[in-house]
Amino acid sequence: MIPLSYFIILSLVLFVLGIIAFFIRKDLITQFLSVEIMLNAANLAFITFSKSASALDGQIIVFFVITVAAAEVAIGLAIILLIYRQKKSIKTEDIKSMKG
Amino acid sequence: MTEIFWLIPFVPAISTLILAIFGSKLSRKYISFQACFAVFISFAISIISLVGLMQMPQGSSPLVKNLFSWIQSGSFKADLSFQFDPLTAVMCFVVTGVGLLIHIYSIGYMAEDKSYARFFTLMNLFTFSMLILVMASNLVLMFVGWEGVGFCSYMLIGFWYEKHAAANAGKKAFIVNRIGDAGFLLGIFFILIHVGSGEFSVINEAIAGGSITQGIATLIALLLFVGATGKSAQIPLYVWLPDAMEGPTPVSALIHAATMVTAGVYMVARMNALYTFSGTGANVVAIIGAVTAIYAATMALVQNDIKRVLAYSTISQIGYMFIGCGVGAYAAGIFHLYTHAFFKSLLFLAAGSVMHALSGELDMRKMGGLRKYLPITYPVFLIGAIAIAGVPFLSGFFSKDAILTSAYAQGQYGIWLLGILGAILTAFYMFRLIFLTFHGKERLEPEAKAHLHESPKAMTIPLVILAFFSVVAGYIGMPVVLGKNVNWFNNFLAPVIQGGHGHEAHLSIGTEWLLILISVAVALTGIYLAYVFYLKKPEIPKKLVSRFPFLYKLLYNKYYVDEIYNATFVNSTIKGSKFVYKNFDLKIIDGAVNGSASATSFFGMILSRLHTGLIKDYALVFLLGAIILIGYLIF
Amino acid sequence: MAYFLFFLLSVVCVAAVLGMIISKNQAYSALFVILAFTCTGGFFALLDAPFIAVIQIIIYAGAIMVLFIFVIMMVDVHKGIAPEKKKWTPVFASGIAVVLLIELIIALKMAFNPLNTSSSQTIGNPSDLGHLLFTKYLYPFEITSILIITALVGAIILVKKKEKE
Repeated sequence: MIPLSYFIILSLVLFVLGIIAFFIRKDLITQFLSVEIMLNAANLAFITFSKSASALDGQIIVFFVITVAAAEVAIGLAIILLIYRQKKSIKTEDIKSMKG
Repeated sequence: MTEIFWLIPFVPAISTLILAIFGSKLSRKYISFQACFAVFISFAISIISLVGLMQMPQGSSPLVKNLFSWIQSGSFKADLSFQFDPLTAVMCFVVTGVGLLIHIYSIGYMAEDKSYARFFTLMNLFTFSMLILVMASNLVLMFVGWEGVGFCSYMLIGFWYEKHAAANAGKKAFIVNRIGDAGFLLGIFFILIHVGSGEFSVINEAIAGGSITQGIATLIALLLFVGATGKSAQIPLYVWLPDAMEGPTPVSALIHAATMVTAGVYMVARMNALYTFSGTGANVVAIIGAVTAIYAATMALVQNDIKRVLAYSTISQIGYMFIGCGVGAYAAGIFHLYTHAFFKSLLFLAAGSVMHALSGELDMRKMGGLRKYLPITYPVFLIGAIAIAGVPFLSGFFSKDAILTSAYAQGQYGIWLLGILGAILTAFYMFRLIFLTFHGKERLEPEAKAHLHESPKAMTIPLVILAFFSVVAGYIGMPVVLGKNVNWFNNFLAPVIQGGHGHEAHLSIGTEWLLILISVAVALTGIYLAYVFYLKKPEIPKKLVSRFPFLYKLLYNKYYVDEIYNATFVNSTIKGSKFVYKNFDLKIIDGAVNGSASATSFFGMILSRLHTGLIKDYALVFLLGAIILIGYLIF
Repeated sequence: MAYFLFFLLSVVCVAAVLGMIISKNQAYSALFVILAFTCTGGFFALLDAPFIAVIQIIIYAGAIMVLFIFVIMMVDVHKGIAPEKKKWTPVFASGIAVVLLIELIIALKMAFNPLNTSSSQTIGNPSDLGHLLFTKYLYPFEITSILIITALVGAIILVKKKEKE
């Protein structure tokens, strides 16, 4: 059997890579992709703990996370499209209407 | 069936809510029906509860219904709880019974008013507040009712707020009452400090158990009495009541004659253990009552406004009630409250009927000879006047006599003498009113005469019922000389009154007869004097005025008390307020507010630089926060 | 065998994410992410969650990523002026992210007893999962359906071009 801590460490590595990707890339779509990677890393941790505790509930949570992620992606991409239509750009540096 | 007594206040409350929310959409017929019906239900429950209470065996504990715990803060606790004992029962009977008749009367009186719904909403709200006041089983809840009736009084005095005088009178009543309420509130605080609870039963036990000293008791008693002078219009806070006559007449009858102004008497009677224990407190109550009784009566002598005469008469009669409470005859005080509610509201409503007939005329100099035009109003007015004057066999005689006899029996001869003097004056000014209004030459304005008519049935029927009660209401509390145990009223109230009871019995039968004869003689003298002055030889008053111009002016201008108050308290308050406004409000408070605003915008300008609008920067801060938080949790 | 699979998948997965970070073209990034998600599905399978693994591949690697690809097709990524400034932000952020990784690993060591590795019983039976989903988690399940409908409608309304223009 593979020690479950390996999975957790892998999940942490993926999560941190997601963060790094979020900060390195400059367009909204790829940043959104990085967020999805972080979400997946969290899912991996859930499944691992579910296995460790021999309880199915963790898997159920992942199921819900995936469904919610689907909804979130639909809305998120719609918003990205809208931003693109308005600003003709999806570079994050171009989007600063919240500047105080 | 008595257990449902706690529903009594809630019926008008529900009606108030409905009227307040939907009032403008409902038809006038429905509004008046609902308002009267709500009070009628309360009245019916009161009667059922009263009957149930009378059937309860002697010495059973008072009925208390604790609805829920209202305030709980540390050791202080106040419940929303009601109690129903004989005193409450009498008050409920008066409030709902007289209230019902006045509600019915208002249907006719207010028929043409444009704010019909507002009027009945407030009347129902008043009934609700007054019932809370008399049914509360602790001082804190009682204060809620106390303020509630004050608020309704303010709203109803200023009901015709387009009229400058009415709006001002409302404000005056409100402010003067605030002064009294401040004292009342302090009294409650002292009780809460020294007794630890506002429940009447606990307070009575604390006094009986001797856990508060006499000095503290006197302090509390006097503070509470300050509240009572405000609400019940006694010296020195009586000034608002005559002006309160600017309100609609049913309001004057309900609030400023029958119920609200007697709240002070009720309160003193409710706290009778405290006043009896204090001694000094009770004496102050008696003295203030006696002085007010005669002082207000003198002012009533020369007023020309029909409602103002009645207003001063009310002040004077409440003075009598306080005499009763002050000399320890609480039952007699409450008895006078109960009879007074009938004949005074009768007088007010009849005066309203006169006004109605004369298209709003209030000046008695422009009346006269109305007796043949108002075939129902005149006799009922006469009955009311006879009752208040203290002519035997009508209700006022029994109650006033009970008070004066008790005062005499207590050895308070000075107070007794003042009371007797007041009784002459009472009989005199009431019959002056009758003679000027209904007898003698007609001095009507031609315009008013054209519209002269008797009032509609909705107004006259309550008058007749009230007249009936003004005659018979006294027979439940007849003097002891007429036989043992005929004073049913005293016996009924006995469980509530602790100590200070049974003093009447100390007098010999002969003395008591003598006292009764004196008061009868006094009443008849007053009436005769009025007859001589205003019917037989109308020139006498004029001569007296020219003979003692100073005295007349003094009385006519109400001892210049309003002017004195204006010059001292009101003006200095206004000046002080202006000073504070200019120097403190404008400079310090506004300065602080503006300063803090500009300081905020200054820091905002600096901080706004942090807001780059870039998602990445926000995410970075978020990440930093997460790291610090996790780091803190780990190490 | 399991060890071999695990290490193979991990290497591929991490490499795919790195590739996604490096590649200049959004479409390649998206393809790399699909690869990473597929690997994650493999991990789920290794962890006795066959149902979730299948869901992961079908929904995530399939449906969701197709959406991304579509949007990438509709959007011109190179449009817009991206002023090249604040170069330090990504570097600083990456440093902080590494600190976070270290912190989390420490937290893992401190907080948990050695994970229960001996658990050999199979738990991910899809029929058990379905049973649980329709009993204990019935309400959340139903609410999710509402959520998805709302998201669907919302997305359509957001993106729909206004008739006037």
